[in-house]
Amino acid sequence: MNPDLKAEDDPQVVATTYGPEHRLQSERGDPDAAFAKAPAKLDQTYVTPSETHNPIELQGTTAIWDGQMLTLYEESQAIFNMRTVLAQMFGLPKENVRVITKFVGSGFGSKLWPWTHCSLAAAAARQLGKPVKLVLSRKMMFQTAGHRARTQQRMRLGATQEGKLVSLMQDYVYERSMLDEYHENCGEATPFHYSVPNLRVKFGRARRNIGSPSDMRGPGAVPGLYATESAMNELADQLKIDPVQFRVLNEPKIDESLGVPFSSRHLLECLQLGAEKFGWSKRTPEIGSMKRDGLTLGWGMATAAWVAARFAAAANIQLRDDGTTRIACGTQDIGTGTYTILAQLAAERTGVPLEKVEVALGDTSLPEGPVSGGSMATASVIPAVLDAADDAIKSLLTVATTTPGSPFEKRKNDELAFENGRVFVKANGPASGVPFADLLRSADLRFVTGNGQSNATFGEEKKEKPKFSTHSYGCHFVEVTWQPEIARLRVNRVVSVMDAGRIINPLAGRNQIEGAVVMGIGMALFEHTTYDPQNGAPINSNVADYIMAVNADVPKLEVHFLDYPDTEINPLGARGIGEIGLAGIAAAITAATHHATGVRVRELPITIEKLI
Amino acid sequence: MKLFELSRADDPGQAIAAGAKATTAQQGADIRFIAGGTTLIDLMKLNVEAPQKVVDVTHLPLAKIETLSDGGLKIGAMVRNSDLAYHPIVRKDYAVLSEAILSGASPQLRNMATTAGNLLQRTRCMYFRDTTMPCNKREPGSGCAAITGVNRSLAILGTSEHCIATNPSDMNVALAALEAIIHIRGTKGDRSVPISDFHLLPGDTPQRETVLEPGDLIIHVTLPPPAPGSRSFYLKLRDRASYEFALASAAVVVTVDGGKITGARVALGGVGTKPWRSPEAETELTGQAATEAVFRKAADAALRDAKPQSQNGFKVELAKRCLVHALKLVTQTA
Ligand SMILES: Cc1cc2nc3c(=O)[nH]c(=O)nc-3n(C[C@H](O)[C@H](O)[C@H](O)COP(=O)(O)OP(=O)(O)OC[C@H]3O[C@@H](n4cnc5c(N)ncnc54)[C@H](O)[C@@H]3O)c2cc1C
Ligand code: SF4
Repeated sequence: MNPDLKAEDDPQVVATTYGPEHRLQSERGDPDAAFAKAPAKLDQTYVTPSETHNPIELQGTTAIWDGQMLTLYEESQAIFNMRTVLAQMFGLPKENVRVITKFVGSGFGSKLWPWTHCSLAAAAARQLGKPVKLVLSRKMMFQTAGHRARTQQRMRLGATQEGKLVSLMQDYVYERSMLDEYHENCGEATPFHYSVPNLRVKFGRARRNIGSPSDMRGPGAVPGLYATESAMNELADQLKIDPVQFRVLNEPKIDESLGVPFSSRHLLECLQLGAEKFGWSKRTPEIGSMKRDGLTLGWGMATAAWVAARFAAAANIQLRDDGTTRIACGTQDIGTGTYTILAQLAAERTGVPLEKVEVALGDTSLPEGPVSGGSMATASVIPAVLDAADDAIKSLLTVATTTPGSPFEKRKNDELAFENGRVFVKANGPASGVPFADLLRSADLRFVTGNGQSNATFGEEKKEKPKFSTHSYGCHFVEVTWQPEIARLRVNRVVSVMDAGRIINPLAGRNQIEGAVVMGIGMALFEHTTYDPQNGAPINSNVADYIMAVNADVPKLEVHFLDYPDTEINPLGARGIGEIGLAGIAAAITAATHHATGVRVRELPITIEKLI
Repeated sequence: MKLFELSRADDPGQAIAAGAKATTAQQGADIRFIAGGTTLIDLMKLNVEAPQKVVDVTHLPLAKIETLSDGGLKIGAMVRNSDLAYHPIVRKDYAVLSEAILSGASPQLRNMATTAGNLLQRTRCMYFRDTTMPCNKREPGSGCAAITGVNRSLAILGTSEHCIATNPSDMNVALAALEAIIHIRGTKGDRSVPISDFHLLPGDTPQRETVLEPGDLIIHVTLPPPAPGSRSFYLKLRDRASYEFALASAAVVVTVDGGKITGARVALGGVGTKPWRSPEAETELTGQAATEAVFRKAADAALRDAKPQSQNGFKVELAKRCLVHALKLVTQTA
């Protein structure tokens, strides 16, 4: 056993009793007393298994040493993270490490941190004086390249007979490796999601001889909301209150954990719209009471929440004399459409048509951009890009007013405006405008540039208590079909409604939610990294034995966005949407499964053996 | 993957002569025929198979499907699974075979896979496929990691204390219910083996899976003519809706006359160490009325000797439900 193991890290102790020394995450009121006195109670434990990210593209590094300079071609979700770590490990100044990631075949969080193979490739390249490429096998992707930690969560909920929550306690334990400090924050959404005067969230950890867990799409909140939402559904059933109505009864007016208002929360509207689109009012609550075409139907629902915040970001924009614009930011596109979103933003702000916008991403030689994680890339880059555009426009106007022979010579900058790619005198209106390319050419300039920056609202840089509580919200309504005669359960219909701020690109946005729901079907029904009980290795370490949802498992998915801009987060009001779609879906599916079969599955996935 | 030498056989004799030099035709073979390659290459990449010589048999003139004079069907060893599944006679007279093949793998794999290759596909036991693990089938005497480990997908019928690996094929289950005959050509000439005798139970030699000897080449498979008035059906149950091996499956060929079952052939997949023909179930069915109670009795009989492991006890009930439902559907439409 590791001698540094703290008491609460002892696997034996933690796994059975949640550890003698709980770590407190959030507390208000007297949850124990309130629970003891509550007329209606629920005390259940929910388990989520280890899951493996399984992006299509394997992790791999190509390392090149060129004298003192180390260049890494990566499939990273966070090139600047990678640079910092590699510079530190090899004792190099940061400027001497360059990380390039032009495209990523998906990551789901597994590519947020450099794993062993990155430094191995770099060390081998240094040793050999030749470029070295090291790509992990699929099997290795299950071992020490990250996975979602197994969690075990005890939920205690107390309520009045009328359905008002009086106490909520969440005690969770998660597994991590013998070495790492990873935190699976299952209590992320618990403190603010419902109105309840007495609450406590605590956690313990269990060290295991496994690879280090890491963030996986919706880390913390996804397993966390599976437990809280399942508990809410169970208590609603116990109280014979409709689960939607139960949420309505416990909707908070403010974030009760921070004592601040929400920047923009429309969960009730999500529920209303979702219920309407799904036809929820036709639900009969008795188990197995709904049938169609010889199949038993089960209807279930759950809500979702996900943090909305920003990382620091910088960006650079050039307006060029050929009428094109180039926008550069050292963030990366992991398949979520960051190239497209940045092009859209630049086009919108500069009036340059989309096809004339060039986007440069994925290189640490560009201005430092955010990690593609936490659903924050878009929200983070928006202010920086807008700032850079404004800066470039400022330079352009200065060129216009100071170039001899310019139609705007001797005008003051603030007399001018820039719209749709043209500079004009405000008083004369846009029709009189001159294209910016003409102005640059007459000034004999190839381009003007602007730099933009924005600060972080998340992580270490966050200092004081925020004025608002900013999150995204949503809900899922699910129909499953059940054929007891062959023990066949299938997800048949999903309606999701998301309140995720302004949706900049509805196609890309829908794609994120649909993809997350597909992953949620996998989480609920199939996914489970199985460790061999004798030697501890992940044994289903390939995509044939690690069962994920395939096309045939995916029914019609209906996605609706409320589209309320949240200008607390950035001027456009856009929050992230990469992860929220996976939150809550497993709880909605287990609820639907219970409605159809009468079986409460409290340990995912819902395998056949749990239903027969 | 280990280095190997690839050659191509242009006639069966050449292939047989090349194959005859092998020390074994079973696990550990140093010379292997290769057809679609979808099992063999997979296992070579995992170093589970490491033949020094690989003989390509796909150019042999064995890719035809022909009707026999007795009304049966002759299927060449190199007929691709897709061609077999979509053949009009197969779809009409041997629906169970078409359905079984189409329930397995993916279109791409079925386009590559062949009749002989499918007959000889290896188990999906995860320990068999992982050379760092003990496995009696891969390395006789090293132990069976599955019995004490992860065995959810493995067999409950025909197991031994040395191996509980499932025969994963869907096609084989249909062939078992259709009473297919495997025609083999070897150094000593031709012989015909009923499918029920072709695959071996693991016993204490799980590395031996079939009756094949070095040089033995499967040349074709024949099916007896369809029983007049019979109906057939394949039902496959698994976790997800597609692209997964069976947890339980049932192939049924049934003749109903005036509400009575006059003929029944039943085979189960996903639960046996070989394609699992169930004479017990057939006895319960024959001469009885086509009712759910009778089907259930047949299913109980089929699974009477089931020996569940630590994680696959649910397969007993799942296989029963699978068989009952298959029988229900096949007799409903009759
Ligand atoms: C991802 C995946 C999913 C799959 N899913 C399913 C499924 O759901 N259901 C299912 O039933 N199957 C499934 N399969 C298995 C597939 O059906 C088999 O791999 C295929 O049928 C093997 O045929 P082949 O021609 O490619 O065989 P090969 O790989 O070429 O050969 C297999 C074996 O047969 C031997 N052989 C070939 N021809 C002859 C001959 N004429 N005489 C003697 N020996 C011969 C070879 O030496 C080798 O040992 C799956 C396979 C994969 C890779
Ligand atoms: S069940 Fe058979 S194939 Fe699997 S480990 Fe045991 S001996 Fe090997």
